[in-house]
Amino acid sequence: MIEARNLTKRYGDKTAVSDLSFTVKPGIVTGFLGPNGSGKSTTMRLILGLDAPNSGDVTVNGKHYADYPAPLHEVGALLEARSVHTGRSAYNHLLTLAQTHGIPRPRVDELIELVGLESVARKRAGQFSLGMGQRLGIAAALLGDPDVVILDEPVNGLDPDGIRWVRDLLKALANDGRTVFLSSHLMSEMSLTADHLIVIGRGRLIADASVDEFIRRHSKNIVRVRSPQADEIAAGVAGADVTVTPLTPGVLEIEGLVAEQIGELAAKHGYVLHELVQQQVTLEEAFMDLTQGELEFHAHSQLEEAAAA
Amino acid sequence: MTSSVGALPRLQHTGRVTQARLFLSEWTKLRSVRSTVWSLLVAVVFTIGLSALVPAVRMHHLRPGEHIDNPLELTLAGIQLAQLAIGVLGVLVISAEYSTGMIRATMTAAPKRLAVLWAKAVVYGLTVLALMVPAAFIAFFIGHAILQPHGQAVAFGAAGVVRALVGAGLYLTVIGVFGLGLGAIVRNTAGGIALFAGIMFVLPPLMNVLPTSWNNAASPYLPLQAGERVLQLQGGTLSPWEGFGILCCYTVAALAIAAVLLKRRDV
Repeated sequence: MIEARNLTKRYGDKTAVSDLSFTVKPGIVTGFLGPNGSGKSTTMRLILGLDAPNSGDVTVNGKHYADYPAPLHEVGALLEARSVHTGRSAYNHLLTLAQTHGIPRPRVDELIELVGLESVARKRAGQFSLGMGQRLGIAAALLGDPDVVILDEPVNGLDPDGIRWVRDLLKALANDGRTVFLSSHLMSEMSLTADHLIVIGRGRLIADASVDEFIRRHSKNIVRVRSPQADEIAAGVAGADVTVTPLTPGVLEIEGLVAEQIGELAAKHGYVLHELVQQQVTLEEAFMDLTQGELEFHAHSQLEEAAAA
Repeated sequence: MTSSVGALPRLQHTGRVTQARLFLSEWTKLRSVRSTVWSLLVAVVFTIGLSALVPAVRMHHLRPGEHIDNPLELTLAGIQLAQLAIGVLGVLVISAEYSTGMIRATMTAAPKRLAVLWAKAVVYGLTVLALMVPAAFIAFFIGHAILQPHGQAVAFGAAGVVRALVGAGLYLTVIGVFGLGLGAIVRNTAGGIALFAGIMFVLPPLMNVLPTSWNNAASPYLPLQAGERVLQLQGGTLSPWEGFGILCCYTVAALAIAAVLLKRRDV
């Protein structure tokens, strides 16, 4: 369980995280979603006590991270930025971490095997590909058999095989009853891996919902219509809850009506339809819409501030 | 690489992070990076190698009837180079963790932070001490063997010689930890090395711009001049151990500033 309450973190005059509150529950995979630069990594650094918040508080299983006498047994973390000395071998990297907690050497071999780095374990980590680096980071995160696993962009640089492996691993960890919190800027990846979503933009909470609920709440009904009488149809469907967007001459996107309603309207007036498609909004688009709105909101409010000044 | 998913094997929890465990971890870090091995090798090789080369060259140019007054200084000429390698490595021991990002892994494993700084200082200091005290003694006996036939050697039993040789090892140890402290303050390799070299090697000649009386009053108290008293036989403003004590004070101050900053700053 991770609990963040009103977390705010500023770097100079830039606010990275703003009044952020959320709870990450055990037994499920929670996705932490936001565009690049939205404050995901900062939030994770705050959870791990690497950075101190300007205000607010974050605890892991009820305690501050730094108050754990053996933190690697409680929390395992993979941070987005590489956290490995490039001159040290993968094996020795894990060994230095294991030794801080008195974790025996066989555990290091066990983890190297788990992430599939046996053949390169004695090579310098600086020579690793991005994908191998991610596997090493995951091994480091799981070294202490932690109850809580925090992974920042774990699938970055992994091949499709590796991505599937991480996805299965995370689900297995959640099934063990662990708390699994992973960030990504890719909605498509989240929709396959996560059970619950926390979405942020510009350091603020945008959504906190189950994946199903998120899709339901943010999916929109858009119907694409192609017709030589597009203008007439546009005029015909016009109403308070209906938005019509002409794409190209003869093609409309109509939001607020289902395909059946538009088809019946066309039949009634004898309009010719060349195309009538109900478009399902994907999670990716819902996310883009949502975060785009957040970006625009900020751009507007800055303009307004500038105008008021 | 495999894509099969084994569940994560469970692990018997092994208890808390202790200072002793951090010593072991830092020792593993130190010995598992090539730059460490190379820097320390350079320090040992120069200390021992120059103890043969410098006295041999000096004896070759010895004028008839000349009596040199600084045989120990000739013998320990390599210490001048060793201190650069050891100070720079001291900076690197901590600054490389920042430049590579390793510091984030280190500080998540030991979030109390200060214990990591102590562990680094102790492990690095003891490593330098264990290498450089024997190196200084070996250097002495090599230099002695070259100077002796010319009647120019200082006896091992002469007043201050053993102190100077042990002192050479202690001096390099504290210089190494001083570099580590500066590296921990600056958290940047280039900046740390520049600061170390500036304080040690640029500041002393700069003192010449001061009025002579000021220069004479202040210079003996600079880290380099004060610290080197412990490996000199001739007299000076400060006694050997006073000078060494002053170097220790600079080092403790650097570590104290580093400790305060480590607690306060974000990693």
